[in-house]
Amino acid sequence: MTTLTENKQILFDVQSVRKKFPALHQKVNGHPLVYFDNAATSQKPKEVIDALSHFYEKDNANIHRGIHTLAERATAEFEETRKAVQSFIHAPEAEEIIFTSGTTGGINLVAQTYGRKFLKKGDEVILSAMEHHSNIVPWQMICEEKGAKLKVIPITEAGELILKEYKKLLSAKTKIVSIAYVSNTLGTINPVKDIIKLAHEAGAKVLIDAAQAIIHIPINVKELDCDFMAFSGHKMYGPNGMGVLYGKRELLEAMPPYQGGGEMIKEVTFDKTTYNELPYKFEAGTPNIADVVAMKNAIDFVNSLDRNAALIHEHQLLQKTMSGLAGIDGIRLIGTAKHKTGVVSFVSDRIHHFDMGMMLDAKGIAIRTGHHCTEPLMNLLGIEGTNRASFAVYNTEEEVDYFIETVKGIIQKRKK
Amino acid sequence: MNQSINEIQEEIIDEFSMLGGDMESTVFYIMELGNHLPPLDEKYKIPENLVKGCQSKVWLTTSFKEGKIFFLADSNTEVTKGLISMLIRIWNGRTPKEILNSDLYFIEKIGMQRVVGSQRSNGFASMIKQMKLYALGYQQKEKV
Ligand SMILES: Cc1ncc(COP(=O)(O)O)c(C=O)c1O
Repeated sequence: MTTLTENKQILFDVQSVRKKFPALHQKVNGHPLVYFDNAATSQKPKEVIDALSHFYEKDNANIHRGIHTLAERATAEFEETRKAVQSFIHAPEAEEIIFTSGTTGGINLVAQTYGRKFLKKGDEVILSAMEHHSNIVPWQMICEEKGAKLKVIPITEAGELILKEYKKLLSAKTKIVSIAYVSNTLGTINPVKDIIKLAHEAGAKVLIDAAQAIIHIPINVKELDCDFMAFSGHKMYGPNGMGVLYGKRELLEAMPPYQGGGEMIKEVTFDKTTYNELPYKFEAGTPNIADVVAMKNAIDFVNSLDRNAALIHEHQLLQKTMSGLAGIDGIRLIGTAKHKTGVVSFVSDRIHHFDMGMMLDAKGIAIRTGHHCTEPLMNLLGIEGTNRASFAVYNTEEEVDYFIETVKGIIQKRKK
Repeated sequence: MNQSINEIQEEIIDEFSMLGGDMESTVFYIMELGNHLPPLDEKYKIPENLVKGCQSKVWLTTSFKEGKIFFLADSNTEVTKGLISMLIRIWNGRTPKEILNSDLYFIEKIGMQRVVGSQRSNGFASMIKQMKLYALGYQQKEKV
């Protein structure tokens, strides 16, 4: 047993990772903060925070078309991040990386451009029962406009997609399949590679919502062969307000622009405007320059980790939490898929999640409570919401122990 | 009913100050308050009785006897139930005029927003509004 722990420490030095995150080192309501709300947003390492202030202190200028030194520097740094993202997700070309405001921004972009151009009356868009509202509503909007239909892949009790049913839904009418790589409520890792292959055989294009996957799972868009992928910087140790949409070049070329404005044009007359090349065609207006620049530091941080060891570490936190909670009378786990990231949803038979969240906060523990923007999933499961603990690399087994003990204590106290 | 509205508010302020700002004791104290509410019959737990603007479900119903309003309430969360129980403790058995003219200064004194957070604070404001609307309704009915 001791050798195992020793091995683990050699494998992954969580304490030195924690040191990089200033926000983790504080007390909340008199207790050391336990931050278990990473699926909502992760904390940021010092180098990301420093990069933001460095940019504003030294390099701040609007990008592109500038001939002065600061504009050159800002542009170079902005484009550096594009290259860093490209290699981080193994995209064939840097022009296939579009900067957006986040996952939501990316999905809306695809729905409003690719969807608007290629969806026709009677066509179908396939989603799954565990999607985030951000991967439902944009499709509902465009489907309604075009007279297309949404189809939903059902899930098992454990929270896994039923692939047999997915195959039945696929047909010549299917134009788009848009699926979360990882469920933000259940933690389920979906078999996206198979999903993509099957969709392609049916002639459909696939968007992968990687909002929850990007922080945990090494991603290779070429190998996955997805047509689009969207994710947010803030969910992978990066800044808020920036996100990435990856798209295959031929699709991005075929899509009409999304928003009109500066940067996305080649030539404007009042008679006609010609649009800029990729990726600028989809980046109208002054983008979120500082946050994009600082995103490179978040990628560098993730690349500096031994990703395999980090995955094992997070998996250990997951296992420990699941078995700890399962051992508490009156607690039910929601989402028990075989392949999961560090997301644990649970409900108590006597304590409402809002009360639980508040009692945990009083003990310094931050979790998320409610429907997690997956109301259709909640309806399907017949629950109003869950308590959700979600992990990042900097969480520790000691934090999990404290969390389990605290939940136990709360339940005992409310029993009497 | 022998205590005035302000006497009860002072009492609540005292109780909170005894908790010394400890978050855990405060949360448990609020939930404990809810336990003292008389149970609300299931037949009142209907959508029409839900207080709008609360994230939790809060059912509120009233009766009017001899010029005084009596409130009954319940919630699906214990903290929220505790919150509305404070309002009922202050306002139960008062005339519409007393309710409409009262200044609930205890909310600011105990630092409600800090204690329960902004979302629940907004929900709390919705409960107050709903109770005052009832008072206004009864007041107008009395006038006719
Ligand atoms: C699976 C999933 N998709 C989309 C989103 C939306 O991300 P954002 O709010 O950063 O656009 C989230 C955020 O919680 C998510 O978990």
